[in-house]
Amino acid sequence: MNPVTSIILAPVIGALILLVIPQRQEGWIKRVSAIATLIPVALALWMVFRFPVGEAGYHWVHRIAWLPALGIQYQVGVDGISLTLLLLHTLCGFTGVLVSYRIKERVKEYYLFYLLLIGGVAGVFASLDLFFFYLFYEMAVIPMFPLIGIWGSGEKAYATMKLTLYLTAGAVLALIGLLAIYAVSGTHSFDLIFLEHFLRQNPIPGDLQRWLFPFLLIGFGVIAPMWPFHSWSPLGHAAAPSAVSMLHAGVLMKLGSYAILRVAVQLLPEGAYTWLPWVAGLSIMNMVYGGFVAMAQKDMKFIIGYSSSSHMGYVLLGIACLNPVGLNGAVLLMFAHGIMTATAFAAVGHIYDQTHTRIASEWGGLARQVPFIATVFIMAALASAGLPGFGNFVAELLVFFASWNTHRWAALASILGIVITAFYMLRAVSTGFFGPLNPRWVKLQDATLFEKVPYLILLAALMLVGCWPKLLLDMISTSTPAVLSHLDPLKAVARL
Amino acid sequence: MVTAAGPWIILFAPLAAFIGIVLFGRKSKPVSAGLAIAGMVVSLGFTLTFFFHSLHAHEAIETAVSWVELPGLTLEFGLLINPAAILMALVVTGVGLMIFLYSTGYMAEDSSYPRYFAYLSLFAFSMLGIVLANNFVTLFMFWELVGASSYLLIGYWYEKPSAAAAGKKAFLVNRIADFGFLIGILMVWNLSGMGGEARTLNFLQLEERLPEILHSGAVAPGLLAAIVLLVFCGVLGKSAQFPLHVWLPDAMEGPTPVSALIHAATMVAAGVYLIGRVFFLFWASPEALAVIAAIGGFTALFAASLALVENDIKRVLAFSTLSQLGYMVMALGLGGYVAGTYHLTTHAFFKALLFLGAGSVIHALHTNDIWQMGGLAKKMPATTFTFLAATLALAGIFPLSGFWSKDEILAVAFERNKLLWAVGTLSAAMTAFYMGRVFCVAFLGKPRSHHAEHAHESPPSMTVPLWILTVPTLIGGFIGIPQYLHHATEAGLHVEFNLFVALISTLAAVGGLGLAYAVYARGARPGLKGQELLSRLAVPLSRKFWVDEMYSWINQNVQQRFADLLALFERFIIIQLCVNGVAKVTGLAGSLLRTAQTGKVQTYAAMLLAGLGFLLYLNLK
Repeated sequence: MNPVTSIILAPVIGALILLVIPQRQEGWIKRVSAIATLIPVALALWMVFRFPVGEAGYHWVHRIAWLPALGIQYQVGVDGISLTLLLLHTLCGFTGVLVSYRIKERVKEYYLFYLLLIGGVAGVFASLDLFFFYLFYEMAVIPMFPLIGIWGSGEKAYATMKLTLYLTAGAVLALIGLLAIYAVSGTHSFDLIFLEHFLRQNPIPGDLQRWLFPFLLIGFGVIAPMWPFHSWSPLGHAAAPSAVSMLHAGVLMKLGSYAILRVAVQLLPEGAYTWLPWVAGLSIMNMVYGGFVAMAQKDMKFIIGYSSSSHMGYVLLGIACLNPVGLNGAVLLMFAHGIMTATAFAAVGHIYDQTHTRIASEWGGLARQVPFIATVFIMAALASAGLPGFGNFVAELLVFFASWNTHRWAALASILGIVITAFYMLRAVSTGFFGPLNPRWVKLQDATLFEKVPYLILLAALMLVGCWPKLLLDMISTSTPAVLSHLDPLKAVARL
Repeated sequence: MVTAAGPWIILFAPLAAFIGIVLFGRKSKPVSAGLAIAGMVVSLGFTLTFFFHSLHAHEAIETAVSWVELPGLTLEFGLLINPAAILMALVVTGVGLMIFLYSTGYMAEDSSYPRYFAYLSLFAFSMLGIVLANNFVTLFMFWELVGASSYLLIGYWYEKPSAAAAGKKAFLVNRIADFGFLIGILMVWNLSGMGGEARTLNFLQLEERLPEILHSGAVAPGLLAAIVLLVFCGVLGKSAQFPLHVWLPDAMEGPTPVSALIHAATMVAAGVYLIGRVFFLFWASPEALAVIAAIGGFTALFAASLALVENDIKRVLAFSTLSQLGYMVMALGLGGYVAGTYHLTTHAFFKALLFLGAGSVIHALHTNDIWQMGGLAKKMPATTFTFLAATLALAGIFPLSGFWSKDEILAVAFERNKLLWAVGTLSAAMTAFYMGRVFCVAFLGKPRSHHAEHAHESPPSMTVPLWILTVPTLIGGFIGIPQYLHHATEAGLHVEFNLFVALISTLAAVGGLGLAYAVYARGARPGLKGQELLSRLAVPLSRKFWVDEMYSWINQNVQQRFADLLALFERFIIIQLCVNGVAKVTGLAGSLLRTAQTGKVQTYAAMLLAGLGFLLYLNLK
């Protein structure tokens, strides 16, 4: 059995098994869900260990002809970039199941949708066929709607509507671009591997590329989320239940930047040259504007939500640099930020489930009452503020180096961004966790031994990568040259 | 005895202690303290092997592993051992070990004692990383880790809002400084490639390349000065130079041994150490050095003036530290590499001793206010004697350690810049005065509070480290530190002992001490008659010239207002107007069109007729 296909299928099969388990067998529902998400973690780790560093191209490719007449086939596989993101996704997916053990309401349906979501997102990262890429993408959006709408909190109806409309609109825009590539290239094939080779020899005319690129850029940029299309994301994170916030901010947002990298930049290099400087400019808005808006928030989930959209600006900037260091930084940051933000959302969720408020100033002094969760949150906050030892630091450092000579102003903004991050993150920590304990919360429970497991997994991953970035960089840098190989080597000279 | 693994062991022993405490020592006081102290002993032991080795072999020892390898960017994680690094590592591990031992007594009653020792070990690890790093990126990583571990230590009593706020302030002020530092590092990185070679941030390679690059004329002096000053930004933060000095006085919220460790011997010294570490770079830009010397001199005088009227014993020491750091920065700015580093070393001994002595008093009296003390000389003889020794050393009294190092700085200043020499001498007089004041008020006279009357000497776990630290405080001028340092760099200025300068500075010190004795030993205290004018003059000093007020005003009224403004923009323009506006327009269009679809045949027929009429009208016209 192909490991990549298994990663996609395991949660889907898990969801099918859930269908036949009675609603009241909650224990079994949880166990099946945990196993269905743990298997992908094991498979992803196995592939990471077996990854042939230095060998470009896709590995573990699995191909099944589906509609040969239209050039559609089920084709999955990984390179260093998508494997890194699959690892992120499986880690968030599994820990999300563990964090969800506190869900009391409609447990079976919850896990059913959750597993479908996991399968769909995994499919997007693994797809090497544009049709299936799109199909899996929609498969991921649909379960999101009930997950937030039913199990969410706060303005959940508005949030889930907005999120779905946004993601769908973005997808439609991107679909136009995808179909155009399909038609214009004259290949009548959705096969991504084939298209990459073909378009390297027979590139789409430059003017046409410049026309098509914005469709893909904005379509995927909505999910990234690129300023000013970001406003669905903090709201969506805030309204979603913990595990969905984790997946949402941790993984889903990375779909956008991943797709920009894999499809838009790789297939339309001329378009990328024309438009990416604008992306660098917009990333300033993400980083600085997003940071300041985060500074004005009072709700913990909104602070982290705006922080996420702020830090995704670094990813966009890394891509916009169009040099190997920037791409490596961007992909590494997708991983690190995903883990960090999942950790933070899980910790906030743990407290929210008991306090039913997320306003930082209403918490107060929680470090005494819930020392473990407080420690986790402080570590996530410091990681987000770029503390060495966590993956975020290395990744953001790479983006600084990459952008310093290509986009000086954006580089300055990105360095300013980590100062701003320190301001709002440390304030969140001291308002929520330091000072005298608010007497309302003397009954607050810290994480039990079992509940600590997801946090320990996530933090261990984040620190391993932070201390020894080569674990992932060796793999990522194996695959970044392919992304840049379409680019005019003359133009690529003297970047960095 | 020197092994290849040695530098790594020096660095990682405290980290191992930290991990050990987190894993096994969270419930046990002896285990946590034991692990922390063991980590320091191992580090100290291995540092000593390098020290003895370096006495006859002066070449630098470098060891590194490749950390990030990408096309166009190679970063290594490496260590570089040279005499300056060994000296600093000895200070960190030696003084650090004393402070760890002292803490076992000082913190004995604290409920989260293991957490305290875990943080201390993490801090020691981070600090040793700064000392040993062989390139800017590794250094910057530990630089940030020092910031984070000091955040944790200053805010150790996080339930106290003032302590939590102080920790945050320290971290944020340092972060602002690091904004400049990081830009400086990126510019150094570009600079290193100007000779056509692959860019690097390795100190030794930079030192080797710099003359050639400068010689080629590719670098404008203004650019070089900008680079140096940006790197110096980092120093402004860590070594708390004006205008980023504001975090240090507040940082006294941390436990007193932490103040001794962070705010006397190590973290604040990191900035000065950094200048020394890349002195070849600073030395290349006389313009930047002039600015640095001026900032140092100003900080020395400014901070000394604040200490004159402070009543909190720890804050007096904090201002004094600011002032002494200003001294060191001034010395380095004037080119006195050896003088600055020498003072850094001696200051680490006597200032740590002062803080630990103050801690001993605070431990006994449960107050920081010197006016609640008094008459402690009889009740706490060991603390009194050691505190006196350190006071005299800080004041610069012959032949204690502080005299020699301070004198070297003043001699450099005398040769290079008479104005800064005058500033330095004036600060020296003020230093002697405020230290004399603290000593007279706290230790002499009669007890001024109930606690002071019933004070007892601290336990041996605290007094023994005091005695040990007294030794280098007394004899630090005679153990050949400057001679040892001469092997570290060729850049910089070397001066001979200057009798005139020494006489003037001794006069200033004796005068300051004498004045303090004359005023305070006779029982003068605030609020006495005839002092209204004096106390009015003291207002700007006790308010620290309103710098903090200004910053918090900017923080609340500029930064936060700007954030609020953007949040409003986000809420009303982006979300309400643009996003929801699109939705509203779509909805409105839908409901308008819906009115046409009534489902009544009459309406449709009427519209049909109207349309027909319109077409006919167009045709007939």
